[in-house]
Amino acid sequence: MKRVALLLALVGLVTVPVWVGGSYYVNIVSQILIDAIFALSLNVIVGYAGLISLGQAGLFGIAAYGAAILLVAGAGHFVAILGALVATIAASAVFAVLALRTTGIGFIMITLALGQILWGLAYRWISLTNGDNGITAAARPAPFGLSLASAPAFYYATLLVFLATLAAMTVFARSALGAALKGTRDQPRRMTALGYDVWMIRFLACLFSGFWSGVAGILFFYYNQFISPHAIALSASAEVLLMVISGGAGTLMGPVAGAALVVAMKSIASAYIERWNFALGAIFVLIVLFMPEGLVPGSVRLIRRGWSALQRGERPLEERR
Amino acid sequence: MTALELKGIDKSFGGLRVTRQVDLAVEVGERRLIIGPNGAGKTTLFNLIAGELRPDRGSIALFGADITRLPSRRRAHLGLARTYQIITLFPKDTLLHNVMLALLGLSRRRWNPWARFDHDDALLQQARACLAEIGLDHLSERPLAQTSYGERRRVEIAMALAQKPRLLLLDEPFAGLSLDERHDVQRLLGAIPRTTTVVMIEHDMDVALDFAERVSVMHFGEVVVDGTRGEVVAHPRTREIYLGP
Repeated sequence: MKRVALLLALVGLVTVPVWVGGSYYVNIVSQILIDAIFALSLNVIVGYAGLISLGQAGLFGIAAYGAAILLVAGAGHFVAILGALVATIAASAVFAVLALRTTGIGFIMITLALGQILWGLAYRWISLTNGDNGITAAARPAPFGLSLASAPAFYYATLLVFLATLAAMTVFARSALGAALKGTRDQPRRMTALGYDVWMIRFLACLFSGFWSGVAGILFFYYNQFISPHAIALSASAEVLLMVISGGAGTLMGPVAGAALVVAMKSIASAYIERWNFALGAIFVLIVLFMPEGLVPGSVRLIRRGWSALQRGERPLEERR
Repeated sequence: MTALELKGIDKSFGGLRVTRQVDLAVEVGERRLIIGPNGAGKTTLFNLIAGELRPDRGSIALFGADITRLPSRRRAHLGLARTYQIITLFPKDTLLHNVMLALLGLSRRRWNPWARFDHDDALLQQARACLAEIGLDHLSERPLAQTSYGERRRVEIAMALAQKPRLLLLDEPFAGLSLDERHDVQRLLGAIPRTTTVVMIEHDMDVALDFAERVSVMHFGEVVVDGTRGEVVAHPRTREIYLGP
């Protein structure tokens, strides 16, 4: 059943350019996938490590700006992407060393401060980042001679990266290290007593998370062919956190659903609803009230409850026969 | 050889001295009971031995090796395991998963980001064997939150024993258990091999004194009486602490 659903979802994703019609909607699905990669990366530390970060957009921005600055400096796309990822991993390490001195509110505040420092640098270091005007990319890359200029071509490239991200997250979440990370979320004291290096496990999780945030940042930059401080502001970190929490932290599909919800509201519903922010807020309130565990696990719970209620309702009929 | 040796352990929380010049020597294979009224400093002493707290003064040696400044996780790798007064496990996970996590803690495989944890045959087999030893193998796939308090206590002890510790610290293993559950835990503790030295804090004297060979009495952070069961029970200071002057 699960495999059939996955296969249908995959077929649906692969045929998006055929059935959604028009570049506008193909681009929206690309945006969803980019935000889903970003949300999946944050889910590693929020969902699996139990650490709330409000600075993830900073890492996303380091990758986007890193690629942009290298391209402006004359580097090729491959070097720009590689350099941006290395810079993001290095920045993730610095973030982790500083933020993992504490947990809970302290972790939130340190990541918030670090994110704001990066936003401030992007905004004020005009000679490097072009300040509020941002940096524009002349063209998207053309890997193996395949141009990514069109909406469907870029969508397929994004889909490939998204599937790779999903596979990496699945493998990690089910691995021994993933199990250890979840253990540090639930009982750090016990994990230490069992011989686990809780700090190092969290540090590795931050690097892994940072890497995929960087991947999302690079895709975002190439998608828009532009990066400005707005993309790495506190609101971006808060938005991706909302995607993770509303979809279901600590699940694989939750952040994807959260990303789809937020992007759909921003890009589609905003065309029909003037106060779409209010509508999005109302949806979040409803999710918190009726599905506090998030949209995906909450829906699964409700479906299971409905299914078992249905079965209970059928049993007396069978007995009567 | 001495399994555990504490010399002049001092620990204060602000102006409150919780342990004062504690000296303790536990021989290999020994069953040692630590008793004392609430607030005597017993659990703090366990936290110092396990490395969750650092002493202000004094030294701690585990099988001859100085571990005073060693982090808690490293002590686990040297053969020290513990249980907590308040059960500290993973309630959402199954019993099998809980025991597997204990086994993984000492394995290099804990750093593996690829291999599926729940498909690790070696760990699965060992974990099932551990659960079978405590008679809970039939509940292996049940989430811990859906088991009784006594079963959880047994799982906690099984997790500690799964690591084949050389020194096991048990913090009130009988607390909150029904009579039947106490018998279960008593049987479990009785089956611990002599290769494992056991130090236990317990208030239930009926079961604890049966188990212990030597007893240390703590009062206001000091070890005031130390000796065999008979010596400690007959000691006037013990009576004074428990019954008043």
